[in-house]
Amino acid sequence: MISRPTARQRRKVFRGVQYAVLAAALLLVGALADWERLANQFARPDLAARLFPEIITTALRNTVVYTLSGFLLGLVLGTVVALMRLSSVAPYRWAATVYIEFFRGLPALLIFIFVGVAVPLAFPGTEIPGGTYGKVALGLGLVAAAYMAETIRAGIQAVPKGQLEAARSLGFSHTRAMISVIVPQAFRIVIPPLTNELVLLFKDSSLVLFLGVTLEERELTKFGRDLASQTANSTPILVAGVCYLLVTVPLSLLVRRLEARGGART
Amino acid sequence: MKDTTSHAETGTATGTGSGSGSEIGIRGLRKSFGDEHVLAGIDLDIAKGEVVCVIGPSGSGKSTLLRCVNLLETPTAGRIFVGGTEVTDPDVDIDAVRRRIGMVFQQFHLFPHLTVTENLTLPQRRVLRRNKAHALAVAHENLARVGLLDKADAEPARLSGGQQQRVAIARALAMGPEVMLFDEPTSALDPELVGEVLAVLRMLADDGMTMVVVTHEMSFAREVADRVVFLDGGVVVEQGPAARVVGDPRHERTRDFLDRVLNPAAARPPEGGGPDG
Repeated sequence: MISRPTARQRRKVFRGVQYAVLAAALLLVGALADWERLANQFARPDLAARLFPEIITTALRNTVVYTLSGFLLGLVLGTVVALMRLSSVAPYRWAATVYIEFFRGLPALLIFIFVGVAVPLAFPGTEIPGGTYGKVALGLGLVAAAYMAETIRAGIQAVPKGQLEAARSLGFSHTRAMISVIVPQAFRIVIPPLTNELVLLFKDSSLVLFLGVTLEERELTKFGRDLASQTANSTPILVAGVCYLLVTVPLSLLVRRLEARGGART
Repeated sequence: MKDTTSHAETGTATGTGSGSGSEIGIRGLRKSFGDEHVLAGIDLDIAKGEVVCVIGPSGSGKSTLLRCVNLLETPTAGRIFVGGTEVTDPDVDIDAVRRRIGMVFQQFHLFPHLTVTENLTLPQRRVLRRNKAHALAVAHENLARVGLLDKADAEPARLSGGQQQRVAIARALAMGPEVMLFDEPTSALDPELVGEVLAVLRMLADDGMTMVVVTHEMSFAREVADRVVFLDGGVVVEQGPAARVVGDPRHERTRDFLDRVLNPAAARPPEGGGPDG
């Protein structure tokens, strides 16, 4: 206490105070919470055990199927919309812009209700092929396509202009050059953001909750909520949440690694 | 002052080169980007098997001239013929024309997502509809020509600049072009890699390929080119046999330019009158 503390010492003290405040807050919350009631409501091992194997074989499986079918539809549709957005034909560009702004501007839930309820009402007798699976793929795919179209467009524009010129001077038509040379390079660029989109879709598949589905068609959120009300206990919700994290966290880590690798390569 | 003589010379040179035998014919070519007139009326004939080097200061329109020949740029006015086909005919199948014209770029532009061999086979398969075996045979034959058969399975990014440019030349050759256009093929290379690319160009010239080379390599132009064309301000200022134009330039602007290129260390800031008085 004889000499004045240096800037580094002052920073160290300041950080120490921050840690102390955080630890105190955690301790306070921990001390005040009713752990016994909490454990009873959210972490009953006997109830959790009763969820297996259906939560994996039906619920998680359906979540994955819904997500992947929506992702694939979104990828195909999104690529088409991205190419339209970059077209030299103005009406294609307008149509693509309208599509993107429309589906990005509406809540995904609204689209789901529309696909699930309004379409069957508007066109009586028509069935969306694939039943619930078709409806979910369509709802997720329509929304995902709007976001993916913008990502893919950015990827295509990130491919150097000389690549198109080289392909054209070899005799490729514009369309063939896009398909054979530009789009494959664009996809390499957009793999990390598209994987992020996959994570978002995985969570958005929970919107199936708002469509009427049979027992075999339930995905994680619907399954968890149904069993929570059956057992008057929230343990199924917690287990469903863990199931989501088991997929989303590794995927997010994968994205981070892909981004780091992509950055290092260029 | 010397404008009249140089125009007269241009006229005679064009006269000798023209006729049914010319592989590339350019008539009154103009190209403007907005108010900027990059090409202000070019007439040029290049005979089959002829090697023409186009030289000139940066911004003189050399690259634009080359890019007009295979319509990477659309001419503002004028007509261009390649092998008897009018490239500038609005009804022309431009993809078909480009198949007959090989183009090599300053920045190589290899397809980075493909291996060296795939860079050569993909255009053959998609554009010429050759089958796999045929395309592969042609690819290997042309890689051998540029001395890179041992790099057949490499990724382009793993090659040196000189090697990448040789692959780019092989890729163009694999399409069986009648004419090859080179747009500053060695300008992006480290000095020690220039030689290997020029050696490939020399080999092609010896094989009788019709070539137009935009270049700053004066010794190459002098040694390999049949004719050197000096472009400045969007017009052909002077042209003639390589040794004559490079060794004994008649026009003041050509002399100024060659002085600056051949003795860069001695360059002085331009005087009040400017380089093109």
